[in-house]
Amino acid sequence: MAEKMTGAEMVIQALQDQGVEHMFGYPGGAVLPMYDAIFQQDKIEHILVRHEQGATHMAEGYARSTGKVGVVLVTSGPGATNAVTGLTDALLDSIPMVCITGQVPTSLIGSDAFQECDTVGITRNCTKHNYLVKRIEDLPRIMHEAFYIAGSGRPGPVVVDIPKDVQFAVGEYSKPANLTSHKSYHPQLEGDLASIEAAVDYMLRARRPIFYTGGGIINAGPEASENLRELAELTGFPVTSTLMGLGAFPASNKQWMGMLGMHGRYEANMAMHDCDLMINIGARFDDRITGRLDAFSPNSTKIHVDIDPSSINKTVMVDLPIIGDCNHVLEEMIRIWRTKTNESREAALAPWWEQIDKWRAVNSLQYKPSKDVIKPQFAIERLAAATKDRDVYITTEVGQHQMWAAQYFPFEKPNHWMTSGGLGTMGYGLPAAVGVQVAHRDALVIDIAGEASVQMTMQEFSTAIQYHLPIKVFILNNEYMGMVRQWQELLHGGRYSSSYSESLPDFVKLAEAFGGKGIRCEDPANLDAAIQEMLDYDGPVLFDCRVSKEENCLPMIPSGKAHNEMILPDTADIGNIIDEEGKMLV
Amino acid sequence: MNAHLQPSGSAYFLTKDTNAVERHTLSVLVDNEPGILARIAGLFSARGFNIDSLTVSETEHEQGLSRITVVTVASPKVLTQIKLQLERLVPVHKVHDLTAEGNPLERELALVKVAGKGENRVETLRLADAFRAQVVDASTESFVFEITGKASKIEQFIALMVPLGLVEVVRTGLAAISRGPDRM
Repeated sequence: MAEKMTGAEMVIQALQDQGVEHMFGYPGGAVLPMYDAIFQQDKIEHILVRHEQGATHMAEGYARSTGKVGVVLVTSGPGATNAVTGLTDALLDSIPMVCITGQVPTSLIGSDAFQECDTVGITRNCTKHNYLVKRIEDLPRIMHEAFYIAGSGRPGPVVVDIPKDVQFAVGEYSKPANLTSHKSYHPQLEGDLASIEAAVDYMLRARRPIFYTGGGIINAGPEASENLRELAELTGFPVTSTLMGLGAFPASNKQWMGMLGMHGRYEANMAMHDCDLMINIGARFDDRITGRLDAFSPNSTKIHVDIDPSSINKTVMVDLPIIGDCNHVLEEMIRIWRTKTNESREAALAPWWEQIDKWRAVNSLQYKPSKDVIKPQFAIERLAAATKDRDVYITTEVGQHQMWAAQYFPFEKPNHWMTSGGLGTMGYGLPAAVGVQVAHRDALVIDIAGEASVQMTMQEFSTAIQYHLPIKVFILNNEYMGMVRQWQELLHGGRYSSSYSESLPDFVKLAEAFGGKGIRCEDPANLDAAIQEMLDYDGPVLFDCRVSKEENCLPMIPSGKAHNEMILPDTADIGNIIDEEGKMLV
Repeated sequence: MNAHLQPSGSAYFLTKDTNAVERHTLSVLVDNEPGILARIAGLFSARGFNIDSLTVSETEHEQGLSRITVVTVASPKVLTQIKLQLERLVPVHKVHDLTAEGNPLERELALVKVAGKGENRVETLRLADAFRAQVVDASTESFVFEITGKASKIEQFIALMVPLGLVEVVRTGLAAISRGPDRM
C-alpha cells in the first residue's frame, strides 16, 4: 500500500528517490511547506543562494560537471521570474535541470494575489517542458516525469509549479516507475544502422575529413568522449570542437585542432572551409560557428549526428543525418570501421595534414607579449601552467575573457569546462563555480571572469563563504566590457558608448568584506607568485588581475564573413592598418 | 590585417529567405491538457512561423486526446522545421503534414448573417440554395446561414453576400482529414 504524506513531503521524497543529494534555492511564502520538509530530513543538502538566478546557474554548473540533473527550488512570483534567465540558459545549452517553483493556492490563481505570476506561462518557451500541479494525485507522477524529461534525450530544464494548497494536501506517494513507455515522449537514442554504415563509407573515402564536435558529446557522458578519441585515433582525422564541446577531446592530442568559430583557431576554421567530409557530432551549426551561411564549407559532404531531429537541416542542409545519442553512434562507427578495414589511412590523409600544418604555422593565437602590463592571454597561460597537475574545473562569465579561456586553457577531460554558450549570460560563472564546488568539494574550481560580468552575480560569493566552498574567481580586469568595446571599435568607429566600467569596487576590499581573500596583481613579473598565493589559500578568493585595457580578442571571423576570411592577430588596431603577412594568409 | 574585410555592421549574418512558400495543412494529435493550445500557438509565434487557421477540439475522449488542424504558409525547409519543432513538444503525439501526404479532405463551417428586404432577400435565398447553405435563423429583415465546405467555397459565398447585405461572419477554421482507410 502506498504511503500517505503531504505534497511538500512528496516533493522531498521524490527528490530523494531520484538520487538528488544537493539542491539550490531560496525560500519564500509559497514554498514554506517544502522548506519545512527539507528541515526535517538530512539526505539532501540545500544550498541557500543570494538570488534565484544564482541558484539556476549553480544547478547548471552542478549538472554540467556531474552529468546529473541540477535541482532548484524557488518561491512564486519574483522567485520564479528571477529564475527565468538560468532556465533559458539551460535550454539553449541543453543542461538537465528541474526547477520547482511555489505558486499561490489554486483558489487564488488568476486573482493577482501577492507574489503571484503566471509561472507556466512565462516559462513555457524557456523550458523543455513545464507543469502546473493542480491536484495532489498528479504530484508524484509529475515529479518523476520531470526528472525523466530533464535528463533524457536532449537534456533541458523542466519547471514544476506547485500551488501552496497542493503542498499542504495529503495524498498517496508512488515511487519512480519506468517511464520509457511515456505516452508521447520518446527520444530516439539509437542511430539508424544503415545510416551509420553509410557514414563510415564516406569516412573511408574521405581525403580531407574533419570531426566537428559539440556539447552533445559531453551530454552523452564520459564514455562518449573516450569513444570520440578512439574513433579519431582509428581514423586519423583532425578534431575541432565548439565552445560547448571543449574537453571532450584532449587538447594535448596531436589531432586536436582547437576550437572553431568566430574566435576559433585559423587551422580549425580553414579546415572546416576546405574539408571534403564534415562529421558533425553533437553540435548544431550555431551562427557563432558557421559565419556566413552561404559560404559555409562549400565543397564538403556533411554528416550530422544529433539526438534532436529538429537540429537537422535547421540552418545548414546536410547530406546524411543520423538521429541518436552521440555515444551510441560513436560506438557503432568504431565497430563498423573495424569490420571494414584494419589498414591505416595515414598515407591517404598525409596531404591534408600537410595543409593543416601550414595553417597551424600561422600561429593564430600569437599575441604581443609585454613586460609592463599583464596581457590577458598571458594570464590564462600562467593560470593553466600553475594548475596543470590539479583536477581543475573552469567556469567563465561571458565576453573576451571567456573566449581567451577557451583559446588558451587546454582541456583534457569532459565535464571540466562550464560556460554559457547559447544564451551568453554574463554572471554565469561565479554561481556555476559554486555549483561545481558543491559537487566536487576537493577539486580546484576557478571562475575565469571579467570585471563587468562578475558584478552581475557577485553576491553569490557570500554563498561560497557560507558553505566553505573555496572557489577562485580570477578576474581579468580591463575596466571595460571588453567584447562590447571590441565590437564598438570594429563596427561603431571606436565610440565606446557605455562600455567603460565606471566606479569599479575595490575587489580586494570587497572580497574581505564578504569574508574571503582578495589578491591584486598588476605586474607580469609578480603574476606567478600571486596565482600561487590564490591556489594556496584554503577558501574563496577574488583575484583582481589588472590586464591591458584595450586588447582585442583574436583571431576573429567578422560578422557576415566566411571561415576563410578571418582577422588574424597582429600588432595593429582592428580595421586600420594592413599587415602584409596577414593579408597574404587569408 | 585584412583590410578588404569591411564589417557588415551587425553581429549577425543577415540574409533573406527567398524560397517560395507553400500552404500546408498539418494535423497534430496532442494530449488535451491545460495550456496545450498556448504551447502550440506560442511555438509558432516564438519561432516566427505563420498560422493561417487553427482548429482544436477533443476527439478521443477516453484517452484525452485532441486533434489540432493548423494551416500554415512557409518554405519547404521551414515546413520541415515546423513539423519537427511541434514533435519536440512533450504533449504532442503525432504530427502529419496532410498536404504533403496528398490531397486531404478539408472542410470549414461558417455562420453568415445577411440583412435586407425585397428583391435582395429572394436573391439571397436563391444563392444560399445554390451553395447548399442552410437557414438556421430568420427574421423579417435577416437570415443566418450555416454553410460548410472548402474554404474557397465559403469565401465565394461571403463575397456574393456583400452586396446583398452581409452583416457579419463567423468561421470555425479548417478541419482536415486524410483520405482512405488509414488513421493518423
